[in-house]
Amino acid sequence: MTRRRREALAAYAFLAPDTIGLLVFVAIPMVLAFGVAFFKVDGFGNYQYVGLANYKLMAGDDQLWASLKVTAMYVVTFVPIAFVVSFALAMLVRNHFKGIGWVRSAFFLPNVVSLVVVGLIWQFLLVDKRGALSRLLAPLGLGDVSFLGTPSLALGTYVVISVWFLMGYQMLVFLAGLKDVPKELEDAASIDGAGPWQRFRYVIWPLLRPTSFFVVVNSTIGAVTGLQAFDLVFVLTKGGPARATSTVVLYIYEQAFTFNNMGYAAALTTVVVAILVVCTGLMFGFTRGGRFDED
Amino acid sequence: MRIRFFPILAHVLALIAVAPLLWILISALKPAEEVFNFGWPAQWTLDNLQYVLLKIPMPRFMLNSAIVSVAVTVIALFFHSMAAYALARLRFPGRGIIFSGIMSTLLVSLPVILVPLFLVAKQLGLLDSYAGLIVPSIFHAFGIFLLRQYYLNIPRELEEAADLDGCGYWRRYWSVILPLSRPVLASLSVLFFLANWNAFLWPLTITRNPDLRVIQLGVSGMQGQYASAWNLILAAAVIAAIPTVVVFVAGQKRLVDAMKTTGLK
Repeated sequence: MTRRRREALAAYAFLAPDTIGLLVFVAIPMVLAFGVAFFKVDGFGNYQYVGLANYKLMAGDDQLWASLKVTAMYVVTFVPIAFVVSFALAMLVRNHFKGIGWVRSAFFLPNVVSLVVVGLIWQFLLVDKRGALSRLLAPLGLGDVSFLGTPSLALGTYVVISVWFLMGYQMLVFLAGLKDVPKELEDAASIDGAGPWQRFRYVIWPLLRPTSFFVVVNSTIGAVTGLQAFDLVFVLTKGGPARATSTVVLYIYEQAFTFNNMGYAAALTTVVVAILVVCTGLMFGFTRGGRFDED
Repeated sequence: MRIRFFPILAHVLALIAVAPLLWILISALKPAEEVFNFGWPAQWTLDNLQYVLLKIPMPRFMLNSAIVSVAVTVIALFFHSMAAYALARLRFPGRGIIFSGIMSTLLVSLPVILVPLFLVAKQLGLLDSYAGLIVPSIFHAFGIFLLRQYYLNIPRELEEAADLDGCGYWRRYWSVILPLSRPVLASLSVLFFLANWNAFLWPLTITRNPDLRVIQLGVSGMQGQYASAWNLILAAAVIAAIPTVVVFVAGQKRLVDAMKTTGLK
């Protein structure tokens, strides 16, 4: 056997466990969703071919449209707020000062705790009138407000909690990006008379384009289909009140495992995938893939 | 002025960020009737923690989570490092395609494939079993990617020496590459352990048997069972969170390194 041949065989052997695993537990399920979408699956696991019936059902499914709207509203509020907050935190802890280690860890710590625990913490803090946060807000006249129990406020509360959960992680990503901004460039700009704002606008910001792109794509995908779109909602409100926090992934879960409509759930899955592909494509187009060399 | 103001602001914000966590820790140590009081408890108590540990099968939940988290972490690191070794250091037909194929799975998150993954797991007889909790959680491209980046930077000469000694690919991987990757494996094990200890959706979907319940399911179940007994719910939440905080504090530097690499390089 030639050396080249031996090398190739060894490589395939090394790759086999993960490749097979990814095929069986990621790629095949992904493809399978498109197949199952054409079937009606009952509680006993019997499949009946129904063609496009599952897709036709969607048109008249108000709860689906409501959950898509909830998800969209969540994305357009959460993504920018999380971006600004985590970027500001990164700028704040960018340079060394006393106790910086503890400060950075403190911002990251919420991300270490599970979303289940995060959900319980905030429920406790917001328990009507008695919760610590409710009482802190009482002087502002907000003591009686049930943040998680009022449809118009629940989603906003959920955004705030998500930001608290994710900001430390995103801050670290920004910090890593900021580390790659050469100090000499900033110094040079300083010498040329650039103030802090100009240094930020013309040196730091353009160089952070790729990082920003990563953060936006990552948090958008997370907000649409990530665990926070499920775990947190499941623990906090189960989609309520009045379905005000019913994200699309929660809705898919309910269709599949509460109502046993696996086929319909699979069809919904394919729609979410399509939306995600379009969103990522659009962002890629708008930001030119996060490239920063054109201006 | 600025030099002083921003660090102080940072400290204050940091304190606000951790306040909710400290708040539940303190509240979990208060007697039931004091749980909504402000400030330190008039009387510290371990009754809540004791109740949760003795009257609810919390130790069982923790054991299940520990088994699953450790098993997934160990197996995943082994498989991922093997795959990464091949992708970074061996030449073979189809390398580009296999690499892009593996990377493209990064876009797929669990909630997206939950339903079909459940159907696959059912076909394979994985429902309600440790295997069902462990096996599907192993495969994730993120670890492969990170390890590959690391392996690309190991000098060729180190392997060449082993090659001259007549070592096959397996020996080179096992005796040269693997020992060199201890730091990155340590970072990833912190990350994997945390992710699996905190897993909720997949265990919720795949298990019905109460004996297989993992910690996050156990804690979220408290909500329904002990709806207004916040002292007990908080005690359970604290018990679920302590291992993650300990692992974070112990592996903080490693975790941060891994996180930084994820974002960009």
